[in-house]
Amino acid sequence: MDQKSYRRGSFQSSTSDEDMLEIAGASLDFTMADDDPPLDREMGGFSSYNGGGLTGSSLVMDFLEEPLPGVGTYEDFNTIDWVREKSRDRDRHREITSRSKESTWALIHSVSDAFSGWLLMLLIGLLAGSLAGLIDISAHWMTDLKEGVCLAGFWFNHEHCCWKSNTTFTDRDKCPEWMSWSQLILGHGEGAFAYILNYLMYVVWALLFSLLAVLLVKGFAPYACGSGIPEIKTILSGFIIRGYLGKWTLIIKTITLVLAVSSGLSLGKEGPLVHVACCCGNILCHLFTKYRKNEAKRREVLSAAAAAGVSVAFGAPIGGVLFSLEEVSYYFPLKTLWRSFFAALVAAFTLRSINPFGNSRLVLFYVEFHMPWHLLELVPFILLGIFGGLWGAFFIRSNIAWCRRRKTTRLGRYPVLEVLVVTAITALLAFPNEYSRMSTSELISELFNDCGVLDSSQLCEYVNDFNSTKGDDLPDRAAGPGVYTAMWQLALALVMKVFITIFTFGMKVPSGLFIPSMAVGAIAGRLLGVAMEQLAFYHHDWAIFSGWCSQGADCITPGLYAMVGAAACLGGVTRMTVSLVVIMFELTGGLEYIVPLMAAAMTSKWVADAIGREGIYDAHIRLNGYPFLEAKEEFSHKTLAMDVMRPRRSDPPLTVITQDSMTVEDVETIINETTYSGYPVVVSRESQRLVGFVLRRDLIISIENARKKQDGIVSTSIIYFTDHSPPLPPSSPSMLKLRSILDLSPFTVTDQTPMEIVVDIFRKLGLRQCLVTHNGKLLGIITKKDVLKHIAQLANQDPDSILFN
Amino acid sequence: LCPGCDFLFPQASRMFAQCPQRCVSSVVLIALLCCLLSSPVEASKSSEDIRCKCICPPYRNVSGHIYNRNVSQKDCTCLHVVQPMPVPGSDVEAYCLLCECKYEERSTTTIKVIIIIYLSVVGALLLYMAFLVLVDPLIRKPDAYSQPLHNQEENEDARSLAAAPVVPGGRANTVLERVEGAQQRWKRQVQEQRKTVFDRHKMLS
Repeated sequence: MDQKSYRRGSFQSSTSDEDMLEIAGASLDFTMADDDPPLDREMGGFSSYNGGGLTGSSLVMDFLEEPLPGVGTYEDFNTIDWVREKSRDRDRHREITSRSKESTWALIHSVSDAFSGWLLMLLIGLLAGSLAGLIDISAHWMTDLKEGVCLAGFWFNHEHCCWKSNTTFTDRDKCPEWMSWSQLILGHGEGAFAYILNYLMYVVWALLFSLLAVLLVKGFAPYACGSGIPEIKTILSGFIIRGYLGKWTLIIKTITLVLAVSSGLSLGKEGPLVHVACCCGNILCHLFTKYRKNEAKRREVLSAAAAAGVSVAFGAPIGGVLFSLEEVSYYFPLKTLWRSFFAALVAAFTLRSINPFGNSRLVLFYVEFHMPWHLLELVPFILLGIFGGLWGAFFIRSNIAWCRRRKTTRLGRYPVLEVLVVTAITALLAFPNEYSRMSTSELISELFNDCGVLDSSQLCEYVNDFNSTKGDDLPDRAAGPGVYTAMWQLALALVMKVFITIFTFGMKVPSGLFIPSMAVGAIAGRLLGVAMEQLAFYHHDWAIFSGWCSQGADCITPGLYAMVGAAACLGGVTRMTVSLVVIMFELTGGLEYIVPLMAAAMTSKWVADAIGREGIYDAHIRLNGYPFLEAKEEFSHKTLAMDVMRPRRSDPPLTVITQDSMTVEDVETIINETTYSGYPVVVSRESQRLVGFVLRRDLIISIENARKKQDGIVSTSIIYFTDHSPPLPPSSPSMLKLRSILDLSPFTVTDQTPMEIVVDIFRKLGLRQCLVTHNGKLLGIITKKDVLKHIAQLANQDPDSILFN
Repeated sequence: LCPGCDFLFPQASRMFAQCPQRCVSSVVLIALLCCLLSSPVEASKSSEDIRCKCICPPYRNVSGHIYNRNVSQKDCTCLHVVQPMPVPGSDVEAYCLLCECKYEERSTTTIKVIIIIYLSVVGALLLYMAFLVLVDPLIRKPDAYSQPLHNQEENEDARSLAAAPVVPGGRANTVLERVEGAQQRWKRQVQEQRKTVFDRHKMLS
């Protein structure tokens, strides 16, 4: 019997409160969480927060009525008990309301308690907006640093460097203050040698940035890598990952996100911004008792913080709230809706006041055109939707295969080298092509742009007929040579992005998915748009065009095709529906384009769903084995509760604790020999009638505390869970009452309950475990992990891939 | 901290008083936030920060041109900014109809402050990493526990040895010892995280 790990702590511990955590249990390494402490130093705040057991009236006799610090908290990598957390919050609220009638201070306390939620949302919005502004400005500067430096002040990026000087109409990028590296080193910017030098500097800077990023992630906060959204989804469904939303993760994620984006890798910053905003939410929760102590309330705040994150990423507050509702959150009470919107709005307003783009715009690719579209254009839009769905399914399959390879083979042992190699390949392939060299946001902005008289980029080099120019409204024109060059360059960029993103997403640097998918879709859309435009120009006498697209009319807008393509690809990968459409039309400001966007989004979702059921985030959740019970899928098999419950027929009988006949030593033996997270309490072994459920962690903490602090508790003391102590001869040692940690209302189902109802109960109530009875007697237990394994088994997936608890 | 905070958030202010270490980071974050917010607010509109940009396309035999002047928003029109006017007086109206003038503002102070903050944080982190990798092992020679970056060959024994508290017995009283304890705890936490993510690939693929 291996008692070493259990006993050692109890002999070596000092009297500090912190050490109480370290002794509790064999594998509690994760609970030494500096930034996310489950304990609070004060003892008195917990008075009515028991596990549903007491009403708080009988206080006098028992030492353990005062709940200990640590009781009611959770271990790392465990699921919270939603029911218990919600009932604790209701108890707390009742107490505050009842005490508010006593004195003015108590009244003010209750008012401030009600306001604390709104104040917290305000703070989260401010912090998230400020961090997003910092990320935007730094990322812009560092991206341009790869190409040159500003002599007027090294902190200016290219656009701001040339802000004051007069640039020419055709060459809007050149100004005397901005020097490319070859100009700085060699003195001139033309020639083959200068080109090679620029190329070299570009690759060197890219490698330097990504090396810094991965070293910082590895050295300080390994949880800061990846997108963050799959883990946040799991956390919001009730899982605990200590340190994932802590302050070091926040700092490192912010810093390395800028580095990763600036190094030219094919990744975006929207997903990591959601993680950053949730970290802000988690950290600010510590300022308010109401949210610090209650895991369920904290998750409401995190939902709102996620909405604020998307809102600053896209400049779309409503889209952010809907994204949080649709993709990220698990339980989303209506109260959270209003508060999320408030947080998103405050964040957007803060970002606007920091003004990272100099124009009071929130996003780099805010478009302003309002050209009408024709019903026949729905055909190419649906084609774009199909492309988006196909690409989404292809991307998910390949990315998951690559990530699985990284997880299981030797590839995963060289994370730094992997990042450097991918960066080198990306930089080497991206530099020669103008469209892959520019940052992806700028590329999308240019592709969304409708060519007008004022544009002089290569993409807008149409053959102009000056005599027929009617003000700003240009008709469809024939493509000039510039457009043809741009087309094949864009096609090459498309191929490159499609393949390199597969290897980039999931690396050990913060990486998001939204911008690369939108880029792929925008390129495909623009190509199709220009093709349609030229088709309409050269064949305006065909039947399909003659009605609405006569010569000289401006009928096809390639920018709109790019937008629809971007929406289609993003929808194909993430399977977002409403939030995608709302984000896209908040980006454009035009309600006219809802129908094309919806058509493309729906088509891409149907096509992608036909090929593979899961979106990218759900696929990553399944790959990592997180205990996430999917809320959207129907459970459609006819199994019963007794098929899933433990113990099975061949297993030893269920480990139970009796209500008043076990000694301290017996209970400690059970705790040491088994690793279950909780034990049912029955009246007696013969009757097996259920009394309640007690958690392992609470038992350990209470017994340790009783051994140290209470008089006369020895190994042969009886533990009882009843209200009054059982009658025993006076020579027996004093007894230990543990009724306060017993949950008197555990959820039970009968063994004949169909599993669809059991799965529904788990989903709707957020249970961790559910007891199974037969004819009123306790028969077995079903935990969330059992449910997940059962679902996986029935879907022919590997049930052993469900890790964690 | 502030007198009103005490009765509005009694428990929060008690917490502030009791554990300065934990809340220093929150206070620092909020101070940083105020810094960031105040700089755009306070920045006066120096002449460097406003401009009116007029883009005029090619017109007949006049090539396209971009004009930049710092005028106020009400003066940001084609007539004020496009000087010298390239077309004769009768064509000015038609020409100006084609030009697009936009008023733009920026805050150079904000940009400068943010970039400098960012670079200093990166520099500080790099210095700290260098310290942890190079200097710390030399200081802590007796402890078998000191390599934050090289995670692969960790002994379970070395870890369990180091799990014993560094400060012998009793509560760590001085600030330095408390910082020591916190740093050791943080290092252990990062070690665990690194194991989970990089070695066992249990999370984040």
